[in-house]
Amino acid sequence: MSKSNFTRRGVLKTSAIAGAGVALPTIFTASSAAAYTNEPTGSTVTLGFNVPQTGPYADEGNDELLAQQLAVEHLNGEGDGGCLNTFTSKALKGNGILGKKVEYVTGDTQTKSDAARASAKSMIEKDGAIMINGGSSSGVAVAVQGLCQEAGIIFMAGLTHSNDTTGKDRKANGFRHFFNAYMSAAALAPVLAKEFGEDRRAYHLTADYTWGWTQEESIKAATEAMGWETVNAVKTPLAATDFSSYIAPVLNSGADVLVLNHYGGNMVNSLTNAVQFGLLDKMANGKDFKIVVPLYSELMAAGAGENIKGVLGSMNYNWQLDNEGSKAFVKSFGEKYGKPPSNSAQTCYAQVLLYADACERAGTFNPCGVGEALEGFEFDGLGNGPTLYRAADHQCFKDVLVVRGAQNPTNQYDTLEIVEVTPTDQVMYAPDHPMFGGKEASLGKCNPGA
Amino acid sequence: MFGLNKKDGLLFLVVIAITLLAPFLLNPFPEGSGMAQFNAGYPDLLQRFAIYGIFAIGFNILFGLTGYLSFGHAAFLGVGSYAAVWMFKLFTYNVVPAIAFAVIIAAIFSVLIGYISLRRSGIYFAILTLAFAQMSFALAYSVLSNPKFNLTNGETGLQVYSNDLQMFHRTGLPDMPHIFGLSVRASYELELGGWSFTFNVGYYLCALIMLIAFYFAIRLFRSPFGMMLRAIKSNNTRMTYTGLNAKPYALAAFVISGMYAGLAGGLLAAMDPLAGAERMFWTASGEVVLMTILGGAGTLIGPVLGAGLIKYMENIVSKINDNVLHQWFAFLPDGMEDAVVALIHPFVGKGWHLTLGMIFVLVVIFLPGGLVEGGQRIARLFRGKKAREAEKSSQSNPAE
Repeated sequence: MSKSNFTRRGVLKTSAIAGAGVALPTIFTASSAAAYTNEPTGSTVTLGFNVPQTGPYADEGNDELLAQQLAVEHLNGEGDGGCLNTFTSKALKGNGILGKKVEYVTGDTQTKSDAARASAKSMIEKDGAIMINGGSSSGVAVAVQGLCQEAGIIFMAGLTHSNDTTGKDRKANGFRHFFNAYMSAAALAPVLAKEFGEDRRAYHLTADYTWGWTQEESIKAATEAMGWETVNAVKTPLAATDFSSYIAPVLNSGADVLVLNHYGGNMVNSLTNAVQFGLLDKMANGKDFKIVVPLYSELMAAGAGENIKGVLGSMNYNWQLDNEGSKAFVKSFGEKYGKPPSNSAQTCYAQVLLYADACERAGTFNPCGVGEALEGFEFDGLGNGPTLYRAADHQCFKDVLVVRGAQNPTNQYDTLEIVEVTPTDQVMYAPDHPMFGGKEASLGKCNPGA
Repeated sequence: MFGLNKKDGLLFLVVIAITLLAPFLLNPFPEGSGMAQFNAGYPDLLQRFAIYGIFAIGFNILFGLTGYLSFGHAAFLGVGSYAAVWMFKLFTYNVVPAIAFAVIIAAIFSVLIGYISLRRSGIYFAILTLAFAQMSFALAYSVLSNPKFNLTNGETGLQVYSNDLQMFHRTGLPDMPHIFGLSVRASYELELGGWSFTFNVGYYLCALIMLIAFYFAIRLFRSPFGMMLRAIKSNNTRMTYTGLNAKPYALAAFVISGMYAGLAGGLLAAMDPLAGAERMFWTASGEVVLMTILGGAGTLIGPVLGAGLIKYMENIVSKINDNVLHQWFAFLPDGMEDAVVALIHPFVGKGWHLTLGMIFVLVVIFLPGGLVEGGQRIARLFRGKKAREAEKSSQSNPAE
């Protein structure tokens, strides 16, 4: 088998060696002459879109991919230009990046750190990708961010909500546009106090892994600061599909608010269980029982259906936002794909444009130059309102949305309604905040590779 | 040669040649051509071929010889990775102690699991190993990654941070795994006309270790110990009736197999210093079973081929997206182009699992002996009848 399979290649190889004899003087064209990893030399530049196409977050991943493809179209001057028209930085001309046509490669992270790194590596080593964008889970984002730092290319994080991504695991070559657990908590807490009162007793159910813990920690800190009491915090296994045994004790615990630190399928199941147990109709401590889901997404809302009515949560972006950038993006996404973009789609779209714009402004693809251009960059017109890319931790600061499951949805996409747009100042924190690695956390030095 | 008979010696030489020349062989298409999509000769994938080759060779020692189907082999792979990364974190980025430590820890782990699991055979054994592996996964994913006692760093995966202890690390050494100062990421690129070949230190390290592992496996297959393992597979009860206690042999095979997995795990961490819990997930255990069966269980070269095929599908076929398809079929008229793309679409990109599944079904139905049997059948077609008969007498049949 092995022999027969390789004879053809053997012939090829022999001819290659024969060719080597002829081309001897030019063999050693030094590839190390490049100033940085994967310096684009031709008329095109390759971006790598690394999203989950299979596994639990495949829906989010596919939505991200659609948005990334749309961004590439807009960069190359095809389509209606989308947010290029509303973006406050006018460096992008719709002729690619720095005059080079944008091409892209895609990969499947399978929502596993290992697979994500393998796929990112193949983009870097084989396809010559100069930037990696994507990742629908914090574990994956942190892992790929580390890889990009080592390899010397830029990582533009997609959907990753854990504090760690720009906290203790922050990297000089990594940038995050999405918000994080701390911001969710900071935005939610005042709304919770206003809607439910300041003397509530909360019960947490938390997915038992890194993201769940940072989320629980953040929400606890923010709610306790305004007077709430945490009755209990129970960790649930990640693979759990039936949460009844975790919901039953909630009723007798003396709590009157249930906080579900779950995401994706976990959240859909736990919320459904809680509603089936009639928690929302119960009274506890003389108050109506309430449920909170700190991190929302459109796809989860759709999955939970009816059960989501009236449940509060937070989001990075919602297509109903009424600003120029958002309208331009929703129009262009809707016309192409026939549905409004999700939260995760918007963050990936914005990240691709931000990267391209930073290259234009820096006049180079060198990660160090691009990084400098992004650091401290203030912009508007990508859908989230005025935004700052903070230099100290490469985290974007912008308004955070507090949303509620719609009581009377008019169509299948109208599942969430915006309750409040929390201004940036309220969700701001110091770069050396203890939840973000404290004083020890550092970006390190930017690495151009090669 | 090397204490091998002529046939095995030849096989070993062929494997050596293929492994050493892999950067050429797997990059048959010039860079920039449409077919370059199918090139697999870049360092990361080459390393994976070698590493998963080792993993599958090891698994085959247990499954191919003794017939014990372990559904939890990924646990040893994961344990090996964690052990190696901890060596990086605590002592040095040099890969030699890390790999050695990975093998040792995997051995200890496999003695424990093997001792318990081997009290049963058949499906019960498979379920026991599966249970242990899932237990390890759960431990690594959440239990052992709590902030108070963080052994595995959970979902994010265990990584080396700049403020880690690294007792024997000094400036001047690369800030990533290295072999006595030579970084595993170091590569030499050779440009030949349109072709570009990359020779990577990490790959050649993996290749060398795989060759040693492969050689050891050949010797084991041909040894009296290997014969004893085959006897366990063919009829364990009869072995017991002859007054022979087969359990120590099975345990030894299990431990050797676990050490191979630990070695592979250590190498994975050495090539890329991150250990994630998904490496222990049951799908990872299932993958090595697939590799072995796809290639040919009980044969020497089969598992390596199976590992190569699966990793190729995972890394190359999964990256063919609609965009690429449209480029390929751009020469067709518009309507037809879309139709062809729509037809192929479900089988590439995110549909690579589907293609792999179909190949697996076809192999199991038509080539029960795996790819190796396919190769043998083709070889037989090209040979005369005489050669065919000669082969029959000398052919080393896969264990039943």
